[in-house]
Amino acid sequence: MELTTVWFVLIAVLWTGYLVLDGYDLGVGMLLPVLGGRRASGGDPVEADRRRRLMLTTIGPHWDGNEVWLLTAGGATFAAFPEWYATLFSGFYLALLVILVGLIVRALGIEYRHKRDDDGWRAGWDAALVFGSWVPAVLWGVALTNIVRGVPIDASGEYVGNFLDLLNPVALLGGATFAALFLTHGALFIAYKTLGPIRDEARAVALRTGPVAAVLALVLLGVLGSLRGTTASWVVSALAAVALVAGLVASRAGNDGQAFAGTAVTIGLATVSYFLMLFPDVMPSSLDPAWSLTTTSASSTPYTLRIMTIVAVVFTPIVIGYQAWSWVVFRRRLGTHHIPDSHAPRSA
Amino acid sequence: MDALDLARWQFGITTVYHFLFVPITIGLSGIVAWMHTRWVRHHREEDLRLTKFYGKLFTINFALGLVTGIVQEFQFGMNWSDYSRFVGDIFGAPLAVEALLAFFLESTFLGLWLFGWGRLPERVHAATMWAVHIGTVLSAYFILAANSFMQNPVGYTFNPETGRAEMTDFFAVLTNQVQRVTFPHTISAAYMTGGAFVMGVAVWSLWRNRTPEDAPLHRRSARIGAWVALVGGLAVVVTGDAQAKVMTEVQPMKMAAAEALYETQAPASFSVFTIGSLDGTQEHFSIRIPRLLSYLSTGTFDGEVEGINDLQAEYMELYGTDGTMLTEDGTYTPNIPATYWLFRLMIGTGMLAAAIAAWVLWVTRKSVERPDFSSPLWAWTAVAVPLLPLLANSFGWMFTEMGRQPWVVFGLMTTARGVSPSVSAGEVVTSMVVFTLLYGALAVIEVKLLLTWIKRGPVPEEAPSEDADEDAPLVFAY
Repeated sequence: MELTTVWFVLIAVLWTGYLVLDGYDLGVGMLLPVLGGRRASGGDPVEADRRRRLMLTTIGPHWDGNEVWLLTAGGATFAAFPEWYATLFSGFYLALLVILVGLIVRALGIEYRHKRDDDGWRAGWDAALVFGSWVPAVLWGVALTNIVRGVPIDASGEYVGNFLDLLNPVALLGGATFAALFLTHGALFIAYKTLGPIRDEARAVALRTGPVAAVLALVLLGVLGSLRGTTASWVVSALAAVALVAGLVASRAGNDGQAFAGTAVTIGLATVSYFLMLFPDVMPSSLDPAWSLTTTSASSTPYTLRIMTIVAVVFTPIVIGYQAWSWVVFRRRLGTHHIPDSHAPRSA
Repeated sequence: MDALDLARWQFGITTVYHFLFVPITIGLSGIVAWMHTRWVRHHREEDLRLTKFYGKLFTINFALGLVTGIVQEFQFGMNWSDYSRFVGDIFGAPLAVEALLAFFLESTFLGLWLFGWGRLPERVHAATMWAVHIGTVLSAYFILAANSFMQNPVGYTFNPETGRAEMTDFFAVLTNQVQRVTFPHTISAAYMTGGAFVMGVAVWSLWRNRTPEDAPLHRRSARIGAWVALVGGLAVVVTGDAQAKVMTEVQPMKMAAAEALYETQAPASFSVFTIGSLDGTQEHFSIRIPRLLSYLSTGTFDGEVEGINDLQAEYMELYGTDGTMLTEDGTYTPNIPATYWLFRLMIGTGMLAAAIAAWVLWVTRKSVERPDFSSPLWAWTAVAVPLLPLLANSFGWMFTEMGRQPWVVFGLMTTARGVSPSVSAGEVVTSMVVFTLLYGALAVIEVKLLLTWIKRGPVPEEAPSEDADEDAPLVFAY
């Protein structure tokens, strides 16, 4: 395989890792007002807070490490395909700005929410968490769908559209699909990681959002497939749909682990399908196919790719190893009774 | 202001802000790991209290360093796409390696450390904080290697066919002569900053004296912090000296700018404080130390130090006057008043912090049974002491980056040519306003939160037991 293809595959792997892993973190954040809402808690604000803390504690040890998959995808794109990195990041400027704001306030919401025992403080960070989970979920869908679909790129490789061009119907469908998938994925994660009533409610949520996600995903992958599909991408898209259905069936049967694995595989395969449709382009131009950035035209030199391949081959398994170990350490299911009373100071 | 100026301001604002949190993270993770190790080895409650207390302050600080770091990685592509295209083949590699080797390590092991109480075997748990610390140091190494390339490009060749710089030797990039002095200098400064942070918190708690029974505890952490700050500070001086000599060799213009030295001199005197006209023709007032600049730059007391005017003429010949390299103002000279004063402020604020550390060590020495911290002077010292190294770090980076101008990669690409051609001034203004407001609000929140926890102090802790009941509440939860 050509080194440029190897790196295309590696970047696909990194995005897959990010979307599968941070996907459930985003889903959990999006569901905070639902599974941790007053209504789900029988109108009891203390119970509602305990549920929210439980939800955040289930993703607590993992969310930060999950987000690094994104940073590595960004860094790897810079190193392996500088032209792609430059065109994408400068072209999707405002969309990325909004995503950044979302990721910033979400991270701080997770880290700061519990650090003061104050209802106003918590309410503020809850809002930040919900905003910071929904916005990246939707906008990653919009951005990645636009990349596959093609955006206006001129002969010199510059993006010549604007922010509103990114909000076309197909891309918005992509945003909705990603959001629905992450919601389902997050709900199944909660079902997999918790005990007590919240576990059943999480399953119920997944069984409601799951079919919506399935329909949206079918339409989306169909539309994108008709534009840029290959045999391989059609097969993988179909497998993604099968995995989603299998996951939902498993959830109905009460197999939380299998159900969560089902949405993980769905998101993973959908991402793979996106990259199969993209190849050999990395950013197709909607103006003229000759202006598209490709794995070869956007890539670094063979020397850089070779060095980076060695680093990736050695260290990626190590990273996967210790992240897997962290999953083993925190494998236990948690219930609201595991959440200790807040010992945080009340105010400054 | 055009998109270029705005993009430069934005880079300056977001980078200086990010680097307030980074050195605290590096230094404090090491100190917390050390405290945790002491707890595991001796099982003295005070070590557990210190570990948890400074661990909490560490996580408050870490969160902001993390989120502002994401902006840094995105910003090269967003605002500096032509720069990214030109050097991506070289500059992207250390960034990707940083994410793979350092970011994963820091973030995964911090999760293990935070939630590991009562779940991981003690020794393994303490080791997770060391892993975090190693991650922060590795991160510094790779990002500084990337920056060193901008100061002194090595291990590359310019390919006229692709019109970009291409890497020929990754090892050379990682062991750049500038990197070899910049990394120790920055890491020393980070330990100094972490130490000063601990010292400031402890001295403030001693002055406040709400829980007199905790005075010995605070005294101990004040001494830990002061030792780290002092040793770090001395290392900063030694490494800074080495750095000045390398700078003189590879970026003589920056050294001349640091001194506002217009005419080449041998031997050259060091100006401690000078007020003069900007073009260097007149000096109104000056305190100078004879021959010191020669020593700092060349290692001998009569070495020749090149002046700005000679260098400017030299660069005009070398890099041309036709505008392909040159900026509008037709000069290869950085902003002299800024570099001159930033250089002095860096040294001054850093040295002052080290002096305070020495003073605190003297006041809390063993033979003094009960040091007196009741004077309000101590409250001011406690506030100043964490800020001084932060200022020194910021001044140092502003000096380093402004002193490189008009280049973004020295001798290869000017800053003006690196900016994103497809991004409008309006877009940059938007992002700058958003980041500035958000960062400002977050600074207020973070400082208040730190103060809240510092006021509460290290509360008594129960030792976590590993074989707790399955249904017992967790030791730590969000």
